[in-house]
Amino acid sequence: MSPKTLYDKIWDAHVVHQADDGTCLLYIDRHLVHEVTSPQAFEGLRMSGRKVRAPERTIAVPDHNVPTTPGRENPDQMPEESRIQVAALDTNAKEFGVHYYPVTDVRQGIVHIVGPEQGWTLPGMTVVCGDSHTATHGAFGALAHGIGTSEVEHVLATQTLIQKKSKNMKVEITGKLNPGVTAKDITLAVIGVTGTGGGTGYVIEYCGEAIRDLSMEGRMTVCNMAIEGGARAGLIAPDETTFEYVKGRPHAPKGAQFEAALNWWKTLYSDDDAHWDKVVTLKGEDIAPVVTWGTSPEDVLAITDVVPAPESFKGGKIEAAKRAIEYMGLTPGQKLSDIEINTVFIGSCTNGRIEDLRAAAAILKGKKIKDGIRAMVVPGSGLVRAQAEEEGLAEIFKDAGFEWRMAGCSMCLAMNPDQLSPGERCAATSNRNFEGRQGRGGRTHLMSPAMAAAAAVTGRLTDVRELM
Amino acid sequence: MEKFEKFSGIAAPMPLVNIDTDMIIPKQYLKTIKRSGLGVSAFAEMRYDEQGNEIPDFVLNKPAYREASVIVAGDNFGCGSSREHAPWALADFGIKVIVSTSFADIFFNNCFKNGMLPIVMPQEVVDVLMKDAEKGANARMEVDLEAQTISTSDGQVFPFEVDAFRKHCLLEGLDDIGLTMEKAPAIDAFEAQAAQSRPWV
Ligand code: SF4
Repeated sequence: MSPKTLYDKIWDAHVVHQADDGTCLLYIDRHLVHEVTSPQAFEGLRMSGRKVRAPERTIAVPDHNVPTTPGRENPDQMPEESRIQVAALDTNAKEFGVHYYPVTDVRQGIVHIVGPEQGWTLPGMTVVCGDSHTATHGAFGALAHGIGTSEVEHVLATQTLIQKKSKNMKVEITGKLNPGVTAKDITLAVIGVTGTGGGTGYVIEYCGEAIRDLSMEGRMTVCNMAIEGGARAGLIAPDETTFEYVKGRPHAPKGAQFEAALNWWKTLYSDDDAHWDKVVTLKGEDIAPVVTWGTSPEDVLAITDVVPAPESFKGGKIEAAKRAIEYMGLTPGQKLSDIEINTVFIGSCTNGRIEDLRAAAAILKGKKIKDGIRAMVVPGSGLVRAQAEEEGLAEIFKDAGFEWRMAGCSMCLAMNPDQLSPGERCAATSNRNFEGRQGRGGRTHLMSPAMAAAAAVTGRLTDVRELM
Repeated sequence: MEKFEKFSGIAAPMPLVNIDTDMIIPKQYLKTIKRSGLGVSAFAEMRYDEQGNEIPDFVLNKPAYREASVIVAGDNFGCGSSREHAPWALADFGIKVIVSTSFADIFFNNCFKNGMLPIVMPQEVVDVLMKDAEKGANARMEVDLEAQTISTSDGQVFPFEVDAFRKHCLLEGLDDIGLTMEKAPAIDAFEAQAAQSRPWV
């Protein structure tokens, strides 16, 4: 048998049919659904008299539009259009009989946090969702990627997707990370090296000692941003860390079934002599705590650096950098650690898990946020929120001056009322710093939860190592 | 998708050139969660005044054309954005066939996905069909996709071209989903085999 990558193995295990031109019909094990990209798909089913082929493999949860303030069960809290989208998901989930976690359910949260938490996401699966950050689930060694609304309908109706195979890319992070450096710094640093187009046409497998050392939470953070690097999906081979995390989750296999699953999961790794179309290697020790300075996730620099001069770039990036620096209200040569902020957002499918809240709380313990700073924590799910309360993290955040919110996407994309106003500058743990992403005219600096917490304390972008 | 069957229907003349997707469905109707129900908003800004009253002169508001299922249009129909709301709106209104000398590419493709047949004809034929359409409700055109012909109310028959695969899909009522559903036995077999090899999934 010819050697295979992990991607090859998962792909091969899901081909239902292959056409002469290589296009495959791929079986989908899990389909996650949220309120924004699904209404027309369900409507399409209704118009053509079709059913959801496998409702037991379909999981729906509202997250993008939902308010994160108490009393949000009352639909009057939502603007008309959001209310209609959430109500449509309610109706569709019931009518088509899919698994559903409404806002009143403590298990509700961001779809990419709920899936793994409930044990829906397992190694070796194919997972899709009408959302680009589906890449998150790749942390389990599952082939997971985003799809469009017409494809959502296709998967609902047939439980398959028409796909062409991507190429294989290996991203290796060797050695150990330095103190203060986290999974978020790894994933941002990789995009800083490859650029946002570097992964285009590829599925990335992350490997190396620094990746192996990460918890499942950290691995999800890394894979989450594979999409910002342009890749179709990110993968990490499952190992003991993965199996430990999965074991005992509500929808994970139990008993003899778990043992059988484990036997297969243990075969899910890239063979030593597998072929890679592209390889990128970074040394763990070389990665510093980073922040973004511009309006593309590739605008990444170590916190100890300065705002770059546009002329230091090449080609079209010169203009882009000029525009970004102007939009962000910065001056070339300015120290990144001198940039003052107004707002701190800790949350999102990138960094809204328990470990993220622990890391931020560790910095905040016994401290207060700087006067005048607006800071909020939006846990990724109701269960993360409950666990953080149990562990006393909620108290630390509240004592420090943070708002303690309910679960949802919130200020990651500003579809709900949590938005930046024009010119407002935010230290954010989310994944996109595009113009207007967090609200029209808003300025976003991406970073790790610990770095965001440090910024809240000092009121400026801060090297977290100063507070450790 | 419904099967595309031979039919005779009323044809509305719309000689304007470059009818774009913004005219077909203005942007304020894109916030919908549905793709059905857009028919009443098709051509909204040409069809209704600012108070929402019908503009009597607009062709689809005239009694003769309210039930039209064919549009005979000027050049370059469907240009503009890629919004699938445009074919959704026309299909929901009841349009099955659009005839023009040319169509915008994305719109042309979107028509097939939504069970509509866009027919490209040379200028002289479009002129004849336009004249026929102008006769009003009694002038029903006949469209036979199987035979690839369109006939005027006075019996002139014009052949048209259509891609063989797309013709097959329309006749059988197959969209992407329909096509995949033809492979249902393969999907069933995959599921049965997976139930054995990966029963925990
Ligand atoms: S948290 Fe942000 S990136 Fe993640 S699913 Fe929600 S909107 Fe998308």
